Amino acid sequence: MSEEVRIVPRGGWGEAKWRLLGNRLTALALLLILLIALLALIGPLVSPWGYDTLDWQHLAGPPSLSARHWFGTDRLGRDLFVRTLDGVRLSLAISLLASIMSLFIGVTFGAIAGLAGGRLDGWMMRCVDVLYSLPYLFIVIILTTLFSRGSLAALLVALAAVGWLTTARIVRALTLALRRREFIEAARATGLSGPAILLRHVVPNLLGPVAVYATLIVPQMILFETFLSFLGLGVQEPHASLGSLIYGGAQEMESAPWMLLVPALFLVVLLLCLNLIGDGLRDAFDPRER
Amino acid sequence: MLNLALRRIGGILLTLLVIISVSFAIIRLAPGGPFDQEQALSAPVRANLERAYGLDRPLRVQYVRYLGALAHGDFGPSLRQPDFSVSELIAQGLPLSATLGLAAILVAALSGICAGLAAALWRSRGADLSLAALTALCIALPSFVVGPLLALVFGVKLHWLPVAGWQDHSARYLVLPVVTLALPVAAYLARLTRASLLEVLGAPFVRSARARGLGAARVLWRHALPPALLPVVSYLGPAVAFTITGSLVVESVFGLPGTGRYLVQGAIDRDYPLVMGMVIVYGALTLLFNLCADLVCGWLDPRTRHE
Repeated sequence: MSEEVRIVPRGGWGEAKWRLLGNRLTALALLLILLIALLALIGPLVSPWGYDTLDWQHLAGPPSLSARHWFGTDRLGRDLFVRTLDGVRLSLAISLLASIMSLFIGVTFGAIAGLAGGRLDGWMMRCVDVLYSLPYLFIVIILTTLFSRGSLAALLVALAAVGWLTTARIVRALTLALRRREFIEAARATGLSGPAILLRHVVPNLLGPVAVYATLIVPQMILFETFLSFLGLGVQEPHASLGSLIYGGAQEMESAPWMLLVPALFLVVLLLCLNLIGDGLRDAFDPRER
Repeated sequence: MLNLALRRIGGILLTLLVIISVSFAIIRLAPGGPFDQEQALSAPVRANLERAYGLDRPLRVQYVRYLGALAHGDFGPSLRQPDFSVSELIAQGLPLSATLGLAAILVAALSGICAGLAAALWRSRGADLSLAALTALCIALPSFVVGPLLALVFGVKLHWLPVAGWQDHSARYLVLPVVTLALPVAAYLARLTRASLLEVLGAPFVRSARARGLGAARVLWRHALPPALLPVVSYLGPAVAFTITGSLVVESVFGLPGTGRYLVQGAIDRDYPLVMGMVIVYGALTLLFNLCADLVCGWLDPRTRHE
């Protein structure tokens, strides 16, 4: 090897970015997600219909270009193109917010437990264990009743309440490993307080792995949100979520199959792409794969 | 082993108490009540109803009373279906839900483990890729998408199977629900089995068994399979929990009169005893199956016995 070799640090975002994009499947998934998000943002603006306008000329009409109902209409004559894209936007927004909330709670809880150690750590993780063993969906269903029906706050709280548990476990394990490292010891030796160590030294070092996990938590949140909306506990009429649209479509599939197929297709593509991106990110960051 | 089991059962009872208390607190804090209807009841009628069900007492008293009745196996009356007790309602729906769940677990375990074993034993690039793609698809798709799609294809288009409902107790009505419920579990089990068996087949003790001249079949059945199935068995506990929650959706999709609808409808109606009863029954089942999976694991794996 010559002296000219440029020293490029391995690992970190620089290389991971290229590994991520080099994985053709992941790049494709990323592109698709961006396209869907873009469509969800501008689609409803392009269509002449609103999410709750009734078109009496086309009740349960199949997709047609001439009627300008590109994905067809439902039984009340509402445009499915707009409703589906609205649903995508709502599902994406809710699950992103819920992911951020659960990551925030999980990282705080896990990092405190891991850094504190000892008895406090034991008790905090015991709490997580107990919560873990609860039938979480039942708790979520009950949690959604806490607020008036259809309030988005209820949905967010319910989703975040289950989402943070795994994050807390992962973060605690990572923090336990960090705790024994020299730089934390050095920070302690300089007399830095616990919270300061947490914020300035522990949390920044957790961000990489947590970012990877975050991409896996988003599809999970979408799944929960659509599940609750499917059961009628999430987003309420006249607004649409992919879950409630699929529920409506399942009721009408014998006469109007497009009402089921359109939202189902969007949800499937969304979930598959997000999962692929998550897997791709994990591979990109996982040193064992190199 | 006995000691471990006893300690675990104690833990389960404690967890159950937490579940009961948490759900009791949440559902009582929720706004609205069981007697809110389109037409408001007059104040005396409402007061009488609340007195009849003991809802006018302080929450503490109601909680203690509820626990006391529960200790005698009494889930209380349903507030919205006054002719039925919660136990009767659950007893009506549970046989169907249990059949559905058990059939799904059996189908999933059989097909998933067999597919995983086959994929591990006869490896080829094509088979590996298609298994990976297929399982990824099955795991990523939620049952409330798969169920209606299956019903659309096999019920509406092909007319092979009924779309929904439950008539004459005919098993034909259960085929699609069971498949819907089993698919993600089967996919996960297939992945788990394949990865675990491949790992065990590469382990030194399998190599030494081969080196001693044992036949391939004997190595596989006696030496490789038991340890390889450990993670599979320990996943079966959570899988049962997954199936239980999944059956909520599947029953709603296929219009089956199981217990699933009670939970959602009860939560919307604020039928307190019904929701509590469902949470307790399903919570206890979840915990119980997790315990069973752990005990079977302990029996399969001598290392965990002495911990």
